Amino acid sequence: MQNNNIVIETHELTRRFGDFTAVDAITFKVSAGEIFGFLGANGAGKTTAMRILCGLLSPTSGKARVAGYDVYTESELIKKQIGYMSQKFSLYENLTVKENIQFFGGIYGIERRELKEKTAELIDRLGLHNESNKLVGSLPLGWKQKISFSTAILHRPQIVFLDEPTGGVDPITRRQFWDMIYETADSGITIFVTTHYMDEAEYCNRVSIMVDGAIAALDTPAGLKNTFNTNSMDGVFLQLARGAKRSE
Amino acid sequence: MNAVLVDNIVKTYDKGKILALNKVSFEVKQGELFGLIGADGAGKTTMFRILTTLLIPNSGRAEVLGLDVVKGIWEIRKMVGYMPGKFSLYQDLSITENLRFFATVFNTTFEKNQHLIEDIYVQLAPFKDRLAGKLSGGMKQKLALCCALIHEPKILFLDEPTTGVDPVSRKEFWDMLDRLKARGITIVVSTPYMDEAERCDRIALIQKGNILDIDTLQGILSKHKKTLFAVRSEQMFRLLNNLRQFELTESCFIFGEFLHLSLKNGEADVAATKAFLIANNHQNLVFKPVLPNIEDAFIELMEDNHHAK
Repeated sequence: MQNNNIVIETHELTRRFGDFTAVDAITFKVSAGEIFGFLGANGAGKTTAMRILCGLLSPTSGKARVAGYDVYTESELIKKQIGYMSQKFSLYENLTVKENIQFFGGIYGIERRELKEKTAELIDRLGLHNESNKLVGSLPLGWKQKISFSTAILHRPQIVFLDEPTGGVDPITRRQFWDMIYETADSGITIFVTTHYMDEAEYCNRVSIMVDGAIAALDTPAGLKNTFNTNSMDGVFLQLARGAKRSE
Repeated sequence: MNAVLVDNIVKTYDKGKILALNKVSFEVKQGELFGLIGADGAGKTTMFRILTTLLIPNSGRAEVLGLDVVKGIWEIRKMVGYMPGKFSLYQDLSITENLRFFATVFNTTFEKNQHLIEDIYVQLAPFKDRLAGKLSGGMKQKLALCCALIHEPKILFLDEPTTGVDPVSRKEFWDMLDRLKARGITIVVSTPYMDEAERCDRIALIQKGNILDIDTLQGILSKHKKTLFAVRSEQMFRLLNNLRQFELTESCFIFGEFLHLSLKNGEADVAATKAFLIANNHQNLVFKPVLPNIEDAFIELMEDNHHAK
């Protein structure tokens, strides 16, 4: 954690769909440069909360500010200050590596000349010279994940949202991805990440666990293990999520 | 007789350009819960397709319940249950319609075999008229398992049944497999989650078409050669960078709340390493020996395999 600037702040943030309360009065803060783990079982309300924070969905009630902007009235400004990556939707398989970087850079509003420089720099840093003109669909999953993450932070957002970024890769590739996350957080970008890997929860500065739409626990991994009297995050998660009444 | 016998199987795609399975051999005993563990692109799905007679290998031999997978296609298909990695039930049929359909295809009925799936089906029963496409991930997974079981197979092939599922549902799924195993069904299951290795009788670790090792989890862990240390301090990222640049470091990876460090000369380098970290001003340093886990073992095998080439 680099400083105490708050980049995400919510107060009793709630979202209902009809009589179903997907997100139930969640209150939390995230500081700049923090790696914040956002955990919960399938159906706990993580995706809905994340969509609100990304400016894609309006809350029903409560307050939230992201990157200094209000989620009700300034969602377009929020979108410019964030990056987003998910395993399910990341890159266009039928565009080349270079085309993908330029496409997403353009969407994030990077000017043409700067984008050209940044693209070259990124290809250099990832060591993808031989692959830059290959279709993304032909690359191994681990590379796609790295390119996708790099693309999501190309415009130097204040916060990057990672929705289950690392499924299905080998243990070395998964750790290389976390090396990139650490490096990014160290440079001051806030990381907001969901994952089903409990060892990855340990890599976060703080972790929140959602159960049935509410935040059931929020603390450092060490603090959570202490509170729930267990030696692993898996143990914490099982204790909390077992009590859940609803599933996805 | 083994339930599964795989002998030197080679399978390539794209006219030989992609080597999906490179001389793979293993055996699965009757009644065993056998795990095929590896990342995306390891060859797990190709192996399952060959064993379920959906794909023919380039060379090598495979048998399921003593029958050759090429010559014995029709007999094998009657005796195996297969849950593909991609959800493959009819989304526009309900839970019971899917079950009836799969029972009928195998010349039996849902009513006759309902007892086989009873303890899983009770969780689906409240939603029995809901369309499969409208079910949650965990429920789809349970329905797919029921459909694979409804014709009373002797052996089950489950391709990544727990991928993308939260840790609670994953644990429940493995509990269901334990109960099936207790009834004597042989189960071959693949997973990218290394921690699930402990739920299997034996595992094969597979990477890019090569088997890295086959053994019990304990057997694999006991072969781990390097002495490992768990290290942590206030600033984990700086610690990782410091250790990666340190001359006595063999390898250093993040593992949960610690870094796992192996040193070139093992125990002999500990004092020098601690001194180095203290000189680098690391606060609240923890430095202790640690037993390897499955991911440590996998990483070591991957590195050995890489160097061997």
